[in-house]
Amino acid sequence: MRYSGLKVIKEALTGHKGWRPTWRDPEPKKSYDVVIIGGGGHGLATAYYLAKNHGITNVAVIEKGWIGGGNVGRNTTIIRSNYLLDGNEPFYELSLKLWEGLEQDFNYNAMVSQRGILNLVHTDAQRDAARRRGNAMILNGSDAELLDTDGVRAMYPFLNFNDARFPIKGGLLHRRGGTVRHDAVAWGYARGADLRGVDIIQNCEVTGFKIENGKCLGVETTKGFIGANKVASCVAGSSSRVMEKAGMRLPIESHVLQAFVSEGLKPVLDGVITFGAGHFYCSQSDKGGLVFGGDLDMYNSYAQRGNLPVVEDVMEGGMALIPALGRVRMLRSWGGIMDMSMDGSPFIDKTHVDGLYFNGGWCYGGFKATPASGWCYAHLLATDTPHKVASAYRLDRFRRGCMIDEKGQGAQPNLH
Amino acid sequence: MIINHPILGPRDSQEFTYLGDAALIDRPDWQAEDAADQFHDYLYLRDNPAGEHRELWFHEQGDRSWLVVTRNTVTHEILNVELARDAARARGRSK
Ligand SMILES: Cc1cc2nc3c(=O)[nH]c(=O)nc-3n(C[C@H](O)[C@H](O)[C@H](O)COP(=O)(O)OP(=O)(O)OC[C@H]3O[C@@H](n4cnc5c(N)ncnc54)[C@H](O)[C@@H]3O)c2cc1C
Repeated sequence: MRYSGLKVIKEALTGHKGWRPTWRDPEPKKSYDVVIIGGGGHGLATAYYLAKNHGITNVAVIEKGWIGGGNVGRNTTIIRSNYLLDGNEPFYELSLKLWEGLEQDFNYNAMVSQRGILNLVHTDAQRDAARRRGNAMILNGSDAELLDTDGVRAMYPFLNFNDARFPIKGGLLHRRGGTVRHDAVAWGYARGADLRGVDIIQNCEVTGFKIENGKCLGVETTKGFIGANKVASCVAGSSSRVMEKAGMRLPIESHVLQAFVSEGLKPVLDGVITFGAGHFYCSQSDKGGLVFGGDLDMYNSYAQRGNLPVVEDVMEGGMALIPALGRVRMLRSWGGIMDMSMDGSPFIDKTHVDGLYFNGGWCYGGFKATPASGWCYAHLLATDTPHKVASAYRLDRFRRGCMIDEKGQGAQPNLH
Repeated sequence: MIINHPILGPRDSQEFTYLGDAALIDRPDWQAEDAADQFHDYLYLRDNPAGEHRELWFHEQGDRSWLVVTRNTVTHEILNVELARDAARARGRSK
């Protein structure tokens, strides 16, 4: 079933009786060419591109809960291609290009909205860094504009420009960045993969691996053993727990990041703003709620909720930047558990176990990566060679001294 | 979270800075044959358990002591707090 404007009108006139489930609900087969662990954005995108780009359709995505219930449905939906380092920027630029054509590609409305991202600067040093980042972005085919204070004021006159400590001195504007309806990304990829024959198996937890003579033969699950030629882990904040079952220790810690949403407001904020002095960022959802977040809770956590000190810290950051926020009621907050890797960058790689592959370490930037992560992981699974824009995301990069330390914080996961 | 400091009593965790796994106390021997491998594992690899975790907290806005805090990473419950100095000495470290 293809979605179209005509179909919507027809269904509206005939009582919406023609809609069908968006994907099947099959029982697992005995074995598959590829078993993907984790039905988040990355796992589903991987299945979709395996089928679409490489014709590999004997694939299962195994999800312990329901698809889209993990970080793909918990994040603050920001997509951007404004990285600095060579190992990163071409990858995120590929991702943004894929976002730009995504809805036409998988015939599903993911509400990709390129509303622009403005990173504010408050000091001369921050301006220099923004200029350098903007140049790196442009050199890699992305877009960037440096605004002065008046340029920012023209866009967002309600910001606190004269804060004594952090006056707004300008900003780096990335017009192609924006937001996406996050759960629709999972649903759209799931539907696209399912239509091509991929089995999406929900409520099925992977509890172990069958590894013999250094070769992975499949996964143990709550629905029994499922054989596979290749097993691809893609479980976001659960990476350490899952890969431990294959005897691996990873350069990863798990941390909680909180997000917040306010009551619905009239349109007040048409783009995304980040407060470069503290750590606060904000956008307005299509339903009208302000969606925002800030720092991690800073210590290892598997609790999908945060603690109050960070709530307070985020609110302080918000008030410092947008004083009018003081009149706004907060509706909800929640937390998601993320892999925080030792240099803040992800992994898409084979492991030392034959037939076992790993995708993880996305820290708090993995939503924007969803299309490119799926694209490159599918490439790796199909061809056994890394995709050229993901070739820096190797597991052994610490041993080789080739870290991708975008934030310059060293091996301190909570600071990334 | 309240951290029960062995010397100063209950303190808000906001006074502390977090470093991570208390296994960092066990710094490898730089003269060992396989020192490079050992330091790779020491610096970059983590057990990262869901459950009890021994970790290092620095009382930055207090007496600047290092503590070993045993905490449950799922419930955030703090189970035990000791001075890192004592923990290190108990493991045979003299400094
Ligand atoms: C609050 C918050 C805000 C964020 N904001 C942004 C943002 O604005 N922009 C951005 O780019 N990124 C953001 N991120 C990061 C981004 O959400 C993640 O990096 C990314 O979504 C992770 O990939 P995923 O979608 O595949 O993960 P998930 O959706 O978490 O998928 C992993 C899946 O694996 C499943 N799983 C785990 N263990 C098993 C098992 N044993 N067996 C079977 N299945 C298993 C889980 O149930 C889960 O569904 C944010 C994260 C958080 C928490």
